[in-house]
Amino acid sequence: MSATTAAVALPPARSRLRRRLRRYGPAWAGGAIVLAWIVVALLAPWIAPYPPDAVDIPARLQPPSWNHWMGTDTLGRDVFSRLLYGARLSLFAGFSVVLLGAALGTTIGIVAAWARGWWDEALMRFTDLVLCFPPIILALAIAAALGIGPVNTILAMLVVWWPKFARLGRALALVQRSQEYVEAATVLGLKPHRILTRHILPNTLGPLAVLVTLDLGNAILTFAGLSFLGLGVIPPMPEWGSMVAEGRELVEQWWVAAFPGLAILTVVVGFNFCGDGLRDWLDPKGRNR
Amino acid sequence: MSRYIAKRLLAAAIMALLASAVIFLIANLVPGDPVLAQLGDIAASDPATVARWRAKWGLDLPLWERYGLFLGGLAQGDLGISIATRRPVLDDIIQYAPATLELATVAFLLSLLVGIPLGIAAAVWRDGWVDSLARAISLLGVSAPTFWLAFIMLAIFYGGLQWAPGPGRLDPIAFPPEGPTGLFLFDSLWLRDWETFHDAAAHLVLPSIVLAAATIGLITRTTRAAMLDSLQQDYVRVSRAKGMREWAVVLQHALPNALVPVVTLGGLAYANLLAGAVMTETVFAWPGLGRYTFRSAAALDFPAIVGITLVVSITYLLVNLMVDLSYAILDPRVRR
Amino acid sequence: MDGSFPLPGQQPVLEVKDLHTVFMTDGGPIHAVDGVSFKVGPGETLGIVGESGSGKSVTALSLMRLLEEPARIVGGSITFQGRDVLAMSRSQLADWRGDRAAMVFQDPMTGLNPVIRILRQVTEHIVSHGRMPKAAAKKRGIELLRRMGVAAPERAAASFPHEFSGGMRQRVMMAIGVANDPALLIADEPTTALDVTIQAQILDLLRGLNADFGTAIVLISHDLGVIGTVCRRVAVMYAGEVVEEAITADVLSDPRHPYSWALVNAVPRLDAPTGARLTSIEGTPPDPLNPPQGCRFEPRCPFKVARCATDHPPLMDVAPGRRARCWVTADGRSLPRPTLPAAAEAEQPRMAEAPLLEARGVEKHFALPRSSFLKPPATVHAVNGVDIALHRRESLGIVGESGCGKSTLARLLTRLHEPTGGSVFFEGQDITHASAAALRGLRPRLQMVFQDPYASLNPRMTVGDALAEPLTAHGRVGSRKAANERVRELLSTVGLKPAFASRYPHEFSGGQRQRISIARALALEPSVVVADEPVSALDVNVQAQVLNLMLDLRQRLGLSYLFIAHDLAVVRAFCDRVAVMYLGRVVEEGPADDVLSRPLHPYTVALTSAIPEPGRQRVILAGEPPSTLRLPRGCAFAARCPVARAECEAPPPLAAVAPGRKVACHFPGAFAPRTATKLEIVR
Repeated sequence: MSATTAAVALPPARSRLRRRLRRYGPAWAGGAIVLAWIVVALLAPWIAPYPPDAVDIPARLQPPSWNHWMGTDTLGRDVFSRLLYGARLSLFAGFSVVLLGAALGTTIGIVAAWARGWWDEALMRFTDLVLCFPPIILALAIAAALGIGPVNTILAMLVVWWPKFARLGRALALVQRSQEYVEAATVLGLKPHRILTRHILPNTLGPLAVLVTLDLGNAILTFAGLSFLGLGVIPPMPEWGSMVAEGRELVEQWWVAAFPGLAILTVVVGFNFCGDGLRDWLDPKGRNR
Repeated sequence: MSRYIAKRLLAAAIMALLASAVIFLIANLVPGDPVLAQLGDIAASDPATVARWRAKWGLDLPLWERYGLFLGGLAQGDLGISIATRRPVLDDIIQYAPATLELATVAFLLSLLVGIPLGIAAAVWRDGWVDSLARAISLLGVSAPTFWLAFIMLAIFYGGLQWAPGPGRLDPIAFPPEGPTGLFLFDSLWLRDWETFHDAAAHLVLPSIVLAAATIGLITRTTRAAMLDSLQQDYVRVSRAKGMREWAVVLQHALPNALVPVVTLGGLAYANLLAGAVMTETVFAWPGLGRYTFRSAAALDFPAIVGITLVVSITYLLVNLMVDLSYAILDPRVRR
Repeated sequence: MDGSFPLPGQQPVLEVKDLHTVFMTDGGPIHAVDGVSFKVGPGETLGIVGESGSGKSVTALSLMRLLEEPARIVGGSITFQGRDVLAMSRSQLADWRGDRAAMVFQDPMTGLNPVIRILRQVTEHIVSHGRMPKAAAKKRGIELLRRMGVAAPERAAASFPHEFSGGMRQRVMMAIGVANDPALLIADEPTTALDVTIQAQILDLLRGLNADFGTAIVLISHDLGVIGTVCRRVAVMYAGEVVEEAITADVLSDPRHPYSWALVNAVPRLDAPTGARLTSIEGTPPDPLNPPQGCRFEPRCPFKVARCATDHPPLMDVAPGRRARCWVTADGRSLPRPTLPAAAEAEQPRMAEAPLLEARGVEKHFALPRSSFLKPPATVHAVNGVDIALHRRESLGIVGESGCGKSTLARLLTRLHEPTGGSVFFEGQDITHASAAALRGLRPRLQMVFQDPYASLNPRMTVGDALAEPLTAHGRVGSRKAANERVRELLSTVGLKPAFASRYPHEFSGGQRQRISIARALALEPSVVVADEPVSALDVNVQAQVLNLMLDLRQRLGLSYLFIAHDLAVVRAFCDRVAVMYLGRVVEEGPADDVLSRPLHPYTVALTSAIPEPGRQRVILAGEPPSTLRLPRGCAFAARCPVARAECEAPPPLAAVAPGRKVACHFPGAFAPRTATKLEIVR
């Protein structure tokens, strides 16, 4: 280094650790939260202190204590145990809606982008049509039409869920098709399936994974909302949204509704952190959003 | 510009027509026989009665003719009779709409007033404490379930601290203002009834904050991202090189560009507020469309659900139309 | 008169002393500007030249204090008319910027605010600096637009930026820059994004500002030719330092720093002998985190002496008015002229044989998305009937400005696009509408190199995988081991280390990536390589390296090239024959030497004379190419042609005027640049 350079005083750099923590901390925290809930959902029967539907009327509406960490509800059931079991349905519903919706939607979108012309126009207009309904209301109407129950509610959510993925899938496919490396692969005489699997898909999966992760929280929120409105589950089944609904008038016995809601909040925050972290990791330049 | 508006209007009308077809299909694909539901077991066992009944309601006609009849009814404002209230669905909707409109509008204004400045500040002082605050608020806003937040707010500020009034639009013993619109804030102002105005405003505080929470989160996020993007554009550097003051650079050059995505989201958010009031209204016993929707869904009151879906979808379309039109004002590149 | 001579004793407009700007990165501080000093007198013109990463743009931003995190000025001083710029408060800075000192940026497409009308963008700082009230500023704004050559300035003032072409936007940017009659205008690569004829217009405008208003100009560019047309003096930057500072003409004729020497000689010249190699220096600029201890250019320097590796040279006076940072020339000697290895005589193109690749009347029209259900979609007429033939061992250049259809033509010939009309033949076989499966069999012999070395490599594949993929897909190698062997061979063919195979594209520089792209195209041993602007995204020295490599490969492997470019000198250096395109048609074709030294079509004349080569007699073509949405009925060039007559209403055919030369003009040769040295503006 030159003498002149050495003479120049440099401002102190911010500590590397702090910067890394700021950048990657939330992503790790999010991953830990999500992983913890998945473990809870899988192991619920072994870690829950009580069966989720064990009614104990004399012990109803007890505040949190050593015996009942999160108190008991109107039927004397252990809120903590029901909450652990509730993770199963919430996560299952979230994953199935988003994964199926993403698979269906992106397929439609990619087909539309690939086919162009009439098919593109028709598929996208249909997508627009579904998007012109407010999702919650449409899901509510369909779920009501199909009848109460988790499977029907998931089906209803699927109907309103795929269009955004169709739009994303189409946009990504269009971008990819005009990429020079895709043209280069064509010039090299590679077969279409090879171009699709080796060049297009790997570069599309990133943005898709980000949206899927962010959307999982969203789907869990919506499912809980529909359950809260009485559509998601048939009563004794433990589900977070319906647990909040059961306790929504018990302002004095706040624990009945507060803890299940908190559970939803943590899962959704976890997925949001994961999604943001994934986006930063995939695209170090776009660290804006 | 007028051509653009005409084009958008036409597209919206076509969409509305298609939407009504979709709703009609959903209504007619309901499992369960409407004959049974309407006539009862005994009458339904007589084929002649059933045939007469089906003919009367046009159920023996092919699907597309029934759709024509449905459209005809729609044109006359006939949305059917609610099973639960036994009143025309349209009357119910007209009765409950003002409460929701008032709540959603207040929540919408609240989310714009908080979200946009917060988003701008977060982008300008990126990585500073304002930014951290904005990110925390938007994360909690979009992650907290509305119905739970409503409960928590009620439990704390009404049940615990008693700072806020309880559920409902007014004190249980108060009389609603006899104004022209059914919007209590507006009507009480109109009648110079300050006591009622105060009461209505106080009752709006908690529900509007709850309803706005998710929207505040979304608008803050979007504004921040759009502003960060806009602040990195070359034209911002050009305007700094011109010697514009920093506030002018941010507010006159960066902001107008950042507003385009915010307006899209804002329009969508308003429509979603109208629709998403379902949960807030349920917890706050707010006598609006949301609670009506909840009750109808719980009672499987199908005519009501169809009616609400249709009305809300058309509102949704109208809001989207307005978003498209405001694009044309904000971004000259769209005006074709 | 040229105001480039500062009067002695006069206070300089700008004086920079020992300026240091660093980027605080995760890896440590990068000294982007490392001790830069220079002076600009009133009305003087100074050029700053260097390759990307040399610190020239950061210097420009530092001068205006427009740096953003993580860049900051950490040392030195900037004095503007006696005021200390680094000591100014935020509000003092805002008062000064855009008033006494102004800046014009590189990209006119993004520099104007898309949602604000032109007039307000031109005048808002006239008002905010308190120079004029709104109404007067409006008048001045329109006057400025007129002065900058914006057509119909009143209407333009009320328009939005998206309604303008790049050239027009850059004129608006210049109007913004000079709105308050600044004493200093800093122009950062103002013409890099523009076509050569538009570039000539803008440079002319800059010169005019300096001559008419005495505005001092600091012009930043990677192109010494551009600087030579505007600036009397030049500072050459390398790795954050000024390595030479002198009169521009002197640097061009007798560079005293080896890096300047390389810059001057790496540029292909229109008057160089054919088939000559370009002078290129090997290697890449030093790692900015760990610059070498001695001279920063030492690792690449062809003239280095022992001292260079250990002692960092200061900027020394090497001749009156000349300074250079070099131990070799410190005693006032000149550097030797480059000795070019005379290119081994390439095998002559086999013009008598049937052409390898041929287009007959080929056309391509793209339908734009419908703007309305009722109207038919608008159509872009990208290529409108092109006849062209590439023979074995030949190198055929296609030149033209952006939008002339040359890239589309490349994609038609490689059948990435299917022609709308006409036909394409490869090895005598009609491939106009050949199926994808039929084409796959031919593809190995017909390869392509793309323009953007960043976009043409899949970011998620290692270089080794990218090179091995065509080999395995076409069954050229039996095993993974054989593939790896061939990949190593390919990498060394294009001058890269075989060990690079395991790296990902983002780990390479632009020039290295372009080498990888070439290696990929060579993997299948093609007979034809279509190269779409393969060097236009590269710095001149890297450009010279890649061009030399391609020349080598042509001889060693007997390749035929179809070479698309917008730079005439590059084509001249590289090609046997050249075809000039305008608005989707070939307007002139013939031996490269002939066409470029004795152009017959008025457009070719304008193109060749617009090249910013010092000493070139210039014709500045007014106007811009017409829209490709609606083709003119007659000669496409007539609207801009200085010698157009009534006959030009009929389209001229591409007719032979001499053996091997074809021109599409009713009056070939009618327009020739006069020999006068004075500038002229046509129309």
